Amino acid sequence: MKHANWNGFESGVWQDEINVRDFIQRNYKEYTGDESFLAKATPRTEKVMAQVRDLLKREREAGGVLDIDTETVSSLKNYAPGYIDKDNELIVGMQTDAPLKRGVNPFGGIRMARQACQAYGRKLSDKVEQEFMFRTTHNDGVFRAYTDEMRAARKCHVITGLPDAYGRGRIIGDYRRVALYGIDRLVEMKKADKAAIAEGNFNVETTRASEELFQQITFLGYLKDMAAMYGYDISQPASNAKEAIQWTYFAYLAAIKEQNGAAMSLGRVSTFFDIYIERDLKNGTLTEEGAQELMDDFVMKLRIARHLRTAEYNELFGGDPMWITEAVGGMGEDGRSLVTRNSFRLLNTLYTLGPAPEPNITILWSPALPYAFRRFCAKVSCDTDSIQYENDDIMRPHHGDDYAIACCVSAMKIGKQMQFFGARCNLAKLLLIAINGGYDVSSDMHIGPQEGVMQDEVLDFDAVMERYERYIAWLMRLYVNTMNIIHYMHDKYAYEKVQMALHDTEVERLMAFGVAGLSVVADSLSAIKFAKVRPIRNEKGYIESFETEGDFPKYGNDDDRVDLMAKDLTHKVITELRKTPAYRDAIHTLSILTITSNVMYGKHTAATPDGRGAGEPFAPGANPMHNREENGALASLNSVAKISYEDCRDGVSNTFSITPNTLGADDEERYNNLVAILDGYFTKKAHHINVNVLNRETLLKAYENPEDYPNLTIRVSGYAVNFNKLSRQQQREVISRTFHESM
Amino acid sequence: MLRVHSIQTLGTLDGPGVRFVVFTQGCPLRCACCHNPDTWDARGGKDTGISELVQKCLRYREYFGAKGGITVSGGEPLMQAKAVHKLFEKCKAEGINTCLDTSGCVLNDDVKELLTVTDRVLLDIKYTNDTDYRRYTGWSMDAPMEFLHYLNEKSIPTTLRQVIIPTLNDSEESIARLKAIKDAHPCADGVELLAFRKLCESKYQTLGIPFPLAHLKETSPDTIKKLTALL
Repeated sequence: MKHANWNGFESGVWQDEINVRDFIQRNYKEYTGDESFLAKATPRTEKVMAQVRDLLKREREAGGVLDIDTETVSSLKNYAPGYIDKDNELIVGMQTDAPLKRGVNPFGGIRMARQACQAYGRKLSDKVEQEFMFRTTHNDGVFRAYTDEMRAARKCHVITGLPDAYGRGRIIGDYRRVALYGIDRLVEMKKADKAAIAEGNFNVETTRASEELFQQITFLGYLKDMAAMYGYDISQPASNAKEAIQWTYFAYLAAIKEQNGAAMSLGRVSTFFDIYIERDLKNGTLTEEGAQELMDDFVMKLRIARHLRTAEYNELFGGDPMWITEAVGGMGEDGRSLVTRNSFRLLNTLYTLGPAPEPNITILWSPALPYAFRRFCAKVSCDTDSIQYENDDIMRPHHGDDYAIACCVSAMKIGKQMQFFGARCNLAKLLLIAINGGYDVSSDMHIGPQEGVMQDEVLDFDAVMERYERYIAWLMRLYVNTMNIIHYMHDKYAYEKVQMALHDTEVERLMAFGVAGLSVVADSLSAIKFAKVRPIRNEKGYIESFETEGDFPKYGNDDDRVDLMAKDLTHKVITELRKTPAYRDAIHTLSILTITSNVMYGKHTAATPDGRGAGEPFAPGANPMHNREENGALASLNSVAKISYEDCRDGVSNTFSITPNTLGADDEERYNNLVAILDGYFTKKAHHINVNVLNRETLLKAYENPEDYPNLTIRVSGYAVNFNKLSRQQQREVISRTFHESM
Repeated sequence: MLRVHSIQTLGTLDGPGVRFVVFTQGCPLRCACCHNPDTWDARGGKDTGISELVQKCLRYREYFGAKGGITVSGGEPLMQAKAVHKLFEKCKAEGINTCLDTSGCVLNDDVKELLTVTDRVLLDIKYTNDTDYRRYTGWSMDAPMEFLHYLNEKSIPTTLRQVIIPTLNDSEESIARLKAIKDAHPCADGVELLAFRKLCESKYQTLGIPFPLAHLKETSPDTIKKLTALL
C-alpha cells in the first residue's frame, strides 16, 4: 500500500501491516555526535512558557489544584477545545476546556471522585452523581466479588495501593500508529479483526473480544471527532513533523481524557518523530530552531497534564505524578543505537523550558550507546536531577528493540504487550505476622494461617524462615486471586478503549505484582541469623518489638551473606506467585518499587528485628536502608545489582543521591565519572537507577523556604517530583536518605 | 597483610576516573591540616589479606572505565610499602590501573620496588619551604623533594597536590615556588590545589587531640580558582 504522505520514506512491510517498528528501523538515522547542534528556546516558546509558569504558580497558590470541572464526566468529546495561548501554540489540545482545570473520572469509582472534589473544597455536581447512581463502577464490581480475607488483607495494609478504586493505568497505547497510519486505516484493521472472530465459535473469550473490538472501533471514531473539534482531520497519515507530533499527541490526549490510571505513560516517540523531522529538514520546510520549538510545545502540553486525586492517593504517590514516561535511546537489534538528534532535542527541553518532573524521561542505557549521548545524559542529570536510567541490555532480550517503560520500571513491547498493574504487598509486615502466628500488631487484626506466637527466647533463624515461607505462600496466593478479581472488573467496567485500540488485537498480558520493605526484611533476617534477636512481648503475649544484640551484615555493603538473602527472597516470592494462575493467562511479573509509599508502608508496620522503630519509613524500592551503607556508593550499587531481573521482570528500582563534589572535581570529570558508574552498574546487570546530583543542604533550604525553590526537581522512586509538591513527611524522608559523600 | 583504616568504593578525587580507594593505617607525619588524624596510630586499623583486598577491588572493576582503578592512600602507604607492592602487583596482573597517594616521606628499597608497579603518584607537597614544612608536619622537606627527583628519574607520571591553607601557604609567592618545583620535574604533569576544610574537626574531638588549625577559615573555591590560574 502507498500513501502520498509517506513520500520520501523507505518502503517495507510497515505499509501493508500495522508495524511501527519496521517503519522506524527502515527510516531512522542514528546520530553519534554531541549536543552542539541544539537550538535555544525561541521568543515564541519563551512567551508560551511564561504563561505556563504563571499557571503553575497559580496552581501552587491554590493549594495544588487550580480548578475542577465538577459538571462534566471526562471523556474524549465532552469538553470544548482548550488552549494556553491559541495564537502561539504549535501543538494543541487540553484535557478539559482550560489548562490545569481537572476533569472528574468516576468510572473507577464514584466515591473516589466525590472525595477528590471535597479534598479541594468542591462538590461533585448532582448531574454527575445522578448519572452514576444506577451505574456499576469498577470499584462496585470489585467489592461485590472480594472475599472477607481480601478485605482484611487490604484493611491491615499487608496488600496496599491496589487499583480497585481508580484506573489501573500502566497501559501504553502505541500512539504513534495514529500519526503513521491515520485513524481510517486503524479502524479498517480493527474491523477486519472483528470479522475474523465471527468466523469461529463464540464462547466467553471470543464474545468478550468481539465486544472489546466494538468499543475500540467506536472510540477511534471519537478520537477522530475530538481532533476535528480542534480543527484537524486525522483520518489520514501525518504529512509532516508537526502533524506527526500533533496526531500522536491527540491519541495520548484521548487516553488521558478517558482514563485516570496511576501511570499514563507515553512510550517511545522521540526517534519516531525524528524521521519526520529529518524529512522536513531535508525538504527545507523546517529548521533546527523549528524542530526544537515543536518538541518544546509538545513537552509543555505534557507538563500540564493532570488527574484529580484524593488525599489517600497522594500519600501513596506523592507529588501529583502522571508518569508520562518516555523511553529514549536503547540499542537496536542490528547493533545501531536508536539515538537520534531528536533524542537530544527531548533532553534539551530540560534546558529550553527548565527542569521538571514530566515527562518522565527514561534513558534505555547500554555501554554501547554513542559516548557523546551518554555524556550528554550525565550532564543533564548533573544539571537537572530530572532523568532516570534503565538497563537496555537486560530488557532487550525479552522485549526486543521497540519496547517502552510504563510508570517507573515496567518494560513492555509497544502495542503488543499490556499490563495488569498490582501495586505491592508489605514483606516486612508479613514477617511480623508470621512471627506472631497470624496476628498483625499494628492493626490489632488476626489474618492468615493461625499458628500461634513464636515462643523462642532468642529467635531461631531456621524456625523463622520455615514459618515465613509458609506465610509467603499464603499471601501470594491471596494476592494473585485479589488481582484476578480487580482486573476482571476493570476490563468489564472501565476498559481502556482508546489505548487498547492502539494495540494489536492479540496482546500478551503481564500481571505485575510488587513488594515493599525488601531491605528491611533482608536486614531483619540477617540480624536473626548473625546477631541475637530477643522478642519483646506485650501484655497479650504478642511480639511487638525486638532487642537486637551484636552486629550483623547489612544490605547495601556488597556483602553476599545478606545480599543473597534479599535476592533469594524475591525468587521465593515470584515462585509462589506463579503457582496461582493469573486472569487472562497473564504472565506473572514482580517489581521492587515503592513510589513514595515507603513512608506509608513504614507507618503501618511495627518495629522490625533490624532495629527499625515502629512506624519508621522503609527505604524506597530496592534501596538499602538509609545510612546503613558503610563502604561507599559502589558497594551499595553492587548490593542492589544482585537482585535478579529474571525474577523481577517488572523492575528493580534504586534511587541514588550523590553530592556534586563526591562525583568529581569539575563538571567534565563529573560527567565522565557518572558515565563510568552507569556503565559499571548496568554491566553488573542491575536494572534501574534514579540519579540525583545534589547537596542535602539544598533540600533543607527548600524545605524551610519553599517559595525560593519553585522548580526544584528531584528523582524519588522511579519518577521525579517537584520537591514542593511532596507532603512535609515525604520531604523529611527524602532528606533523611543516604547522600553518598566523601570527606 | 596490609593494615587498613577503611575502604571507599567510590573515589573520584584521588586519581583519574572512578577509583577503589584503600586508606592505610599509620603515618609518621603530624600535619596540622590532616583531615584523617584517625589514621595516624599504626596500632589502629585492621590487618587485611592482600588477596582479600584484590578480590574486593575486582568487584568494582566494571565501574573503572578507561581511566579508573585502585588508589592506595592513608595514613602513609609508604610505611607498608612491601604490602602495597604486593597489592599493586596483583592488581596490575588483572589490568587495573594503580595510583599511590603519598607525602613522599620515605624512599627506601621497598618503596622503590613499589614504584615499579605504580602507574601514577599523587604527591602531596605540603609546603614549599623547609621552615614551614618542618613546623607544620614535623618532617623535613628534603624527603618529598628527594622522592620527586626519583619519580622524575623513573618518569613516573605524577600529580602534585597541595592543600591551600589560609595564611600558611596561600600567597602568590608560595604558588610560584610550587610552580617552579613542577617545572623542574617533567614527570609532574599536573598540579591540584585542594581547599582546606574543617569537616575533620569532629574527628579530632573524638580522639581528644586539639585541632591546631581550628582558628583558621576554610579556603573558598574562588581562592582555589584564582591560585590555580597562576600555575
